[in-house]
Amino acid sequence: MSTDYTPPLADISFVLDHICGLNEINKFAVFTHADREVVTDLLSEAGRFFAQTVAPLNVIGDQIGSVHNADNTVSTPAGFKAAYQAYVEAGWGAVAAAPEYGGGGFPFVVGAVLEELISSANLSFSMCPLLTQGAIRLLEHHASDALKAMYLPKMITGEWSGTMNLTEPDAGSDLAAVRTKAEPQSDGSYLITGTKIFISFGEHDMTDQIVHLVLARTPDAPGGTKGISCFVVPKYLMNEDGTLGERNDVTCVSIEHKMGIKASPTCVLSFGENGRGAVGELVGELNGGIIAMFTMMNHARIGVAIEGLALGERAYQQAYSFAHERKQGRASSTARGESALLIEHPDVRRMLLTMESQIEAMRRLIYVTAGAIDHSEHATEAADREGNEEIAALFTPLAKGWSTDTGFEIASIGVQIHGGMGFIEETGAAQHLRDSRIAMIYEGTNGIQAMDLVGRKLGLRGGDVVREHLGRIQSSIAECRVVPELSASAAAMESALEAAREATEWLLAQTNNDDVLAGATPYLRLMALVTAGELMLRSARIASNLECGPAQLRTARFFCEQLVPGATALVPAVTAGVDSLAGR
Amino acid sequence: MHVVVCVKQIPDPAVPGALNADHTLKREGKPILDESDSYGVEMALQLVDAAGGGEVTLISMAANEETAGLRTALAMGAAKAVLVSDPACAGSDALGTAKALAKAVERAGSVDLVLTATESSDGYTGTVPAQMAELLGWPALTFAKKVDIADGTVTIQRQTEAGYDTVQASLPALVSVTAGVVEPRYPSFKGIMAAKNKPVDICTAADLGLDGQLGWAGARQTITNVENAPARQAGEKFEDDGTGFEKVVSFLENLKVI
Ligand SMILES: Cc1cc2nc3c(=O)[nH]c(=O)nc-3n(C[C@H](O)[C@H](O)[C@H](O)COP(=O)(O)OP(=O)(O)OC[C@H]3O[C@@H](n4cnc5c(N)ncnc54)[C@H](O)[C@@H]3O)c2cc1C
Ligand SMILES: Cc1cc2nc3c(=O)[nH]c(=O)nc-3n(C[C@H](O)[C@H](O)[C@H](O)COP(=O)(O)OP(=O)(O)OC[C@H]3O[C@@H](n4cnc5c(N)ncnc54)[C@H](O)[C@@H]3O)c2cc1C
Repeated sequence: MSTDYTPPLADISFVLDHICGLNEINKFAVFTHADREVVTDLLSEAGRFFAQTVAPLNVIGDQIGSVHNADNTVSTPAGFKAAYQAYVEAGWGAVAAAPEYGGGGFPFVVGAVLEELISSANLSFSMCPLLTQGAIRLLEHHASDALKAMYLPKMITGEWSGTMNLTEPDAGSDLAAVRTKAEPQSDGSYLITGTKIFISFGEHDMTDQIVHLVLARTPDAPGGTKGISCFVVPKYLMNEDGTLGERNDVTCVSIEHKMGIKASPTCVLSFGENGRGAVGELVGELNGGIIAMFTMMNHARIGVAIEGLALGERAYQQAYSFAHERKQGRASSTARGESALLIEHPDVRRMLLTMESQIEAMRRLIYVTAGAIDHSEHATEAADREGNEEIAALFTPLAKGWSTDTGFEIASIGVQIHGGMGFIEETGAAQHLRDSRIAMIYEGTNGIQAMDLVGRKLGLRGGDVVREHLGRIQSSIAECRVVPELSASAAAMESALEAAREATEWLLAQTNNDDVLAGATPYLRLMALVTAGELMLRSARIASNLECGPAQLRTARFFCEQLVPGATALVPAVTAGVDSLAGR
Repeated sequence: MHVVVCVKQIPDPAVPGALNADHTLKREGKPILDESDSYGVEMALQLVDAAGGGEVTLISMAANEETAGLRTALAMGAAKAVLVSDPACAGSDALGTAKALAKAVERAGSVDLVLTATESSDGYTGTVPAQMAELLGWPALTFAKKVDIADGTVTIQRQTEAGYDTVQASLPALVSVTAGVVEPRYPSFKGIMAAKNKPVDICTAADLGLDGQLGWAGARQTITNVENAPARQAGEKFEDDGTGFEKVVSFLENLKVI
């Protein structure tokens, strides 16, 4: 069967083997069953499944979208339900979940690769499993054993889906403003009332049960984020024997009309629409809802970072084949009387390489972050665990913010390579652009990511976490400089590293926090370029004695010598201070 | 019921192929399960299900003890595999391959039915199935688009140009299955994990009593030359002046396709 998505398994394997340390992760006691051969089989079979079963539904999902019906049900586009059923039968959702409840217990980084494959195939479709994964993780870490036993097995198989109910009309970036109420009942349960908006897959027809995780306040809870608790609210109440009972009082009153990811229903959920209130159970500590959300935040943010990478990859594959088919104009290589293929034009090649090299850079940054999470959870030495936790904390906003910005930029280049046809919906290039836009907004807007970077991460250990990170980059550059083909790239990285140091020290020295916040977004971009640049440089060095050496060298040199220098140009923006941003 | 499926592990067709100096195909990268054989695997799993029990054994001959393609078929649900792998196999012609596979069938124990594809995707001589049946002394039923087993007999619908013939034989028998007749299942995550622990019996030419009969030593065919396929001839263009359909019809008649 011909498909329009080919899983990029060669580059993924290179990253797993040489950059993010899967061979070390596999040695941790909990992962010994996840040997390299099984990971290879798993990725190739899952990739084939997503490419053949899920990817072909991407366009129809965009054209038809999910539909809200008069009876407040939601119908996903034709084919989605059957494909989801096949996904459940294949069991792909279980791979990285906990073995106690039927999961495969694979490393997080392997789960992350599966997310890349399914998100490239069909971002709208992927959101149902992705949100379920987030809900599973939260329950694994915080729910009582009884709740875990009740919900996890079927969520891990994918038979039931999960949602995250955070956002309200007045509580988006600022969750302290959450108003949904939770009234305690004599039997220990709670009655939830209020309205949540923008809830992805809050209602749909692909699973029998939907397990909502809802942030709400009990009557005498303190104000702000310290008074928010997390509740599990099933669409159907659970009978003692684990079968589904009565319909709970949670209603999807409407869904949004959106710019992209149209097959993913974005729901307004009303709790207590029928007068009573939806029955929920407390998850974790009373007033510990935000903390519970925070424990899965790195995972969820990496999930969204992957969406930027995944749509960039999909857009690139499409643009690449178009550039090899479409003839237009003449290039120096064109024979007399013939037209050139687009790929023969230097400017088109620049566009393609801008896409390709940044995709590789994102993939490295994201999987290194995911691998750091595995190390931080399972490494045998405490120092190793702590060091990796710092890396994961520092890299997560870089991965989320930069990869989703870049994914959108790449999708835009994809449109550009198609010329006028790129602007025409039938071509499909525009869908990637529209779909990729959301990843910059949800799971903490990219502005919030930048604030997280300068507010929480930069100050870790008085700035030493960042300084040590930059120190490791310096050592790596020194190792790479000795490879003759990499000397120019190493030199470009040196200058960028200098810029990163200057920007970092300036931010650390500020006393007015607004001056720091004013430089947050350019600082995130600068740090991401330098961090990803080192990963590209290192890839080329490692690959220099491998068969993929020339390919790695080509993209690494382009990235380091032509894109990384942009980092230096960001210093003035980082260090301009808040006075430079006066409004009118 | 015990069904054996012959599965060839071939170089990934997505990767550009290359030839050795002796005109044989380079088999260096990770091989994959020949898609033609995925239908036989699916068919075998369905037959065993329909029979209410039994198992599916895979048989393959491949270089370097390669199991990547076998693992796909094991993950689909086959129980075990016999893999003939021996540097002495290099250079085998179709008959040598058939000899090795026939001996491997004997090694697999008491077998009711052997399934193969009608031809492999890389070598595509289409001769191995009949040769194997002859060596085993079993009936060969070829080009099956449907296979039924009942009371010790196998009945197939044999694909023909006009439709199909119904052909029947007593078991044990060998049946070659045409591509596309069943929908091969995707290996599941559980299937892939289970495949890790399924037995693969790796044996050499000597183990099969075929010392000196496989590979270059036993081959009766040699490849004397390899040429690129001729470039496609330019097509014939018909201007449609209202009678275009007549020209197309007479063109097709000349080709004897209608
Ligand atoms: C398609 C879609 C799906 C979604 N799915 C879910 C879901 O499943 N579950 C869920 O709970 N939510 C979901 N959301 C909600 C999403 O997470 C929020 O939209 C997002 O967090 C931003 O909140 P907001 O829309 O209120 O924007 P605002 O918070 O109003 O932000 C507007 C702008 O102001 C900036 N800004 C806000 N506060 C600050 C600050 N303190 N400092 C600097 N800048 C600031 C932001 O960066 C942004 O650029 C979804 C949204 C969409 C569109
Ligand atoms: C290590 C090695 C080296 C080889 N070197 C050469 C060489 O140098 N020159 C040469 O001519 N041939 C060589 N062969 C054999 C060649 O690749 C073919 O297997 C053989 O010629 C059969 O021809 P075919 O593929 O056209 O089979 P077909 O008759 O087209 O195959 C029909 C069906 O028979 C079964 N089948 C065929 N081959 C195998 C197999 N190997 N394992 C399992 N099932 C199978 C499959 O079900 C297949 O679909 C080599 C094989 C191996 C394993």
